[in-house]
Amino acid sequence: MSGISISRFFSRLWRSITEAYSDDLYQDPWKFEFVVLDTETTGFDYYTDRILCVGALKLREDRINVNDCLEIYLDQQHYNRESTEVHGILKNEGRDCVQEREAMLRLSNYIGDAIIVAHHTRFDMTMINKALKRQGLPALKNRTLDTSKMYRKTLITSPLLRKKQSYSLDELADKFNLSKKDRHTALGDAYITALAFIRIVKILRKKYLNLTVMDLM
Amino acid sequence: MKNIISERVADFLKKYPPFNELHEKDLQQLSQEVTIVHRDKGQVVFSGGETAHPHFYVVHKGAVELRNEGNNEVIDLCDEGDIFGLRPLLAKEEYILQAKAYEESILYAIPIETFKPYTQTYEEIGNFLIESFASNTRSPYAKLQAEQIAAVIGSNSTLDQSSRMLDFQPVSFTKKPVCCKPQTTAKAVAEIMTKKKVGSVLVVEDKFPLGIITDKDLRNNIVTGKLPVTAEASEIMSSPVITYPANLTVTQAQMAMMKSGISHLCLTADGTTDSKIVGVISKNDLIVALGNNPSVLIKAVKRATKVKQVKAAHKGIMRLLQGYLDNNIPMSITLKIISELNDACVKQVIHICLEKMHAPPPVPFAWLAMGSQGRREQLLKTDQDNAIIYQDVEPKKEEATQGYFLKFATKVNKALQQIGYEYCPAEMMASNPDWCKNLAAWKLTVSGWISNPGKEQVLLSSIFFDYNSVYGDSKLVDQLSQHIFEATEDYPKFFYHLAEGALQNPSPSGFFRDFLVEQDGAHKDFFDLKRRALMPLTDAARVLILSQKIKSISGTVERYEKMAELEENNRELYLSCSYATKALLKFRAKQGMLHHDSGRFIALNTLSKEEKIKLKRTFKTIKEIQTLIAVRFKVSNKVV
Repeated sequence: MSGISISRFFSRLWRSITEAYSDDLYQDPWKFEFVVLDTETTGFDYYTDRILCVGALKLREDRINVNDCLEIYLDQQHYNRESTEVHGILKNEGRDCVQEREAMLRLSNYIGDAIIVAHHTRFDMTMINKALKRQGLPALKNRTLDTSKMYRKTLITSPLLRKKQSYSLDELADKFNLSKKDRHTALGDAYITALAFIRIVKILRKKYLNLTVMDLM
Repeated sequence: MKNIISERVADFLKKYPPFNELHEKDLQQLSQEVTIVHRDKGQVVFSGGETAHPHFYVVHKGAVELRNEGNNEVIDLCDEGDIFGLRPLLAKEEYILQAKAYEESILYAIPIETFKPYTQTYEEIGNFLIESFASNTRSPYAKLQAEQIAAVIGSNSTLDQSSRMLDFQPVSFTKKPVCCKPQTTAKAVAEIMTKKKVGSVLVVEDKFPLGIITDKDLRNNIVTGKLPVTAEASEIMSSPVITYPANLTVTQAQMAMMKSGISHLCLTADGTTDSKIVGVISKNDLIVALGNNPSVLIKAVKRATKVKQVKAAHKGIMRLLQGYLDNNIPMSITLKIISELNDACVKQVIHICLEKMHAPPPVPFAWLAMGSQGRREQLLKTDQDNAIIYQDVEPKKEEATQGYFLKFATKVNKALQQIGYEYCPAEMMASNPDWCKNLAAWKLTVSGWISNPGKEQVLLSSIFFDYNSVYGDSKLVDQLSQHIFEATEDYPKFFYHLAEGALQNPSPSGFFRDFLVEQDGAHKDFFDLKRRALMPLTDAARVLILSQKIKSISGTVERYEKMAELEENNRELYLSCSYATKALLKFRAKQGMLHHDSGRFIALNTLSKEEKIKLKRTFKTIKEIQTLIAVRFKVSNKVV
């Protein structure tokens, strides 16, 4: 057995022990529906900061249907000027804004039981779940994947290459030659993440025999 | 609903016909209905005989190849902005051709139901479609038609079909021709021509062409002394200009030039001298359109001012390589010409990126190619391996200096990736701080490898020591080479380790004289031509030549030839190594062209018996040179 298959064997074994045994995830990724999402927030504090905008799109195999994308701007009571400068979203800047409750209802409805893909997923998921909780709605329990971690798996194992723990979305965009024009808009980032995700899956498909969703975790 | 993605789709589409005819509102609506599709290199979009999809495709990024699966002939290569897969939809037929991603591509799939109404409401769109089906190569019928026309004109029948088709394609011309006013002096005109590297200048008044000045006019009027250098453009120009409308085909342009005995055609909006200039076609543009010829290609590369133009020229180089391989041109010539051209591309890319920097380099530097490109054995585009050496600076300026070169290298690496050199998976690229250092730091690094040769250090040296200065100050490189020899004198043990490294890839034939194929991974059961056959030869050549203290030769073939010169008694073995290297490189290039990849992994079952025998013959030589290395550098028990 080669290095790859041994480590793969153990990581599968480890996951089947640690996570609830989930046989259904040992299937080709393209058998699943993915929702790729990104949130723009007023800051990085899970308690005091709020979501400004959510962008999400659905991925069926390597296809994105432009008409089936979600872009919701949230009405802000909480308003933090600094982060607005990063995202360029001004409070009520002529956009149709909705209340947090409606936004969260629409988002969870859109996601359904798809697998969620994001870049630094933990952050987006926590922000979303905090908002859901505030509105008395149930937290999302979907499976999640994180492109910042998945990208590592595509890199070669070589004594000459020092892998980083995680990679930024800008780094991924550079590696995969994706336009960064719409960085820091929720749907723009979700789109870059989606293309990076497709690339990663296709690279890993060549690396592993019978790629499954488990291999992406 | 309109969203940021649909806006981007619209931004892209409106640059290309026929979508540029659509009103903003319709364009937005159409863009919202698009499905974005990603295709990896070689992935099929649709196959011949397949029921037509409910949408047609526009190439957003990358390129798609349309191929007739019957005779495996490539009918067309669709570039960014090109439409394909539309005709079968309108004709309600199955697909005739196969569409396959030629490189990694992002496609916009546009539903025919949404698009169809526009073909009726917009006259321009309807006409565009009719015209493109009738005249260009987006459908097999168009080709048939082009051939019929060709038969009438009686074009040269020895030309192959695809180049004959080219005759009927519109020429790509200079859209922003170099112009001057009638009052400009001859001296100024000559200076403009030199600066812009052109052979002609249009004399213009209010965007209308009055005349043209070519090298010939300057020669006849000024150099002969007939007129002073202060003479005005209006006195020396050829007038009136011969003008044509912009949609000229290659053949028409050729005939026009021959008819009037001129080398430049001026293109105007309506084809007369009374309308505005839209561009200029030079004989050079024509030759570039027609020619796969090294001198034309090198000119095209050197004139490129954008990375995209270098990319186009590079495609020409690959066609040239295909021609050489098909016609069995001797490998040593092929290697020289193609690597010269590849080098020119890299040089031009570096040059373009340097221009884009906001300031000139703070100190002299050299751009090094490493690995196969450094050895000048790179026929196909493989990964990029490169490094920068810059002159030592005072410590307080070091950070800013390295910062400059890293920024510059990032631009170059990105541009090289755009023309097709993949990023190095181990990040051995000049944009990595480990590979972008001042001379003193490089000396230290190299000394470290030589004095403490572990496995990793030997691997690094084997990649780095084949360096070749591509651009910049070669004195820096010479100093480093000198340093390497001094260091190896102090640590002769280094050669032992380098030799050991050269022997780590076992001889390619196994116990039963079968091929050793890969056991696992994506290339299971493939023969790894690079690792099993080429690397043992290049590694052996490197240790042999370095131990002779010769750094100026970096090509494996040349290294063996030099060794043959130096060691009379092993002459024959070295020459057969040189021969084997050439044979293997050719093998790799052929396989790579066939599969449009690096040619590294070979499926043995696709080889003919003759090819297998040829390949095996080189293995004997590899075994012999490995034995010689083991004995000479006293590496024991390594050879199989």
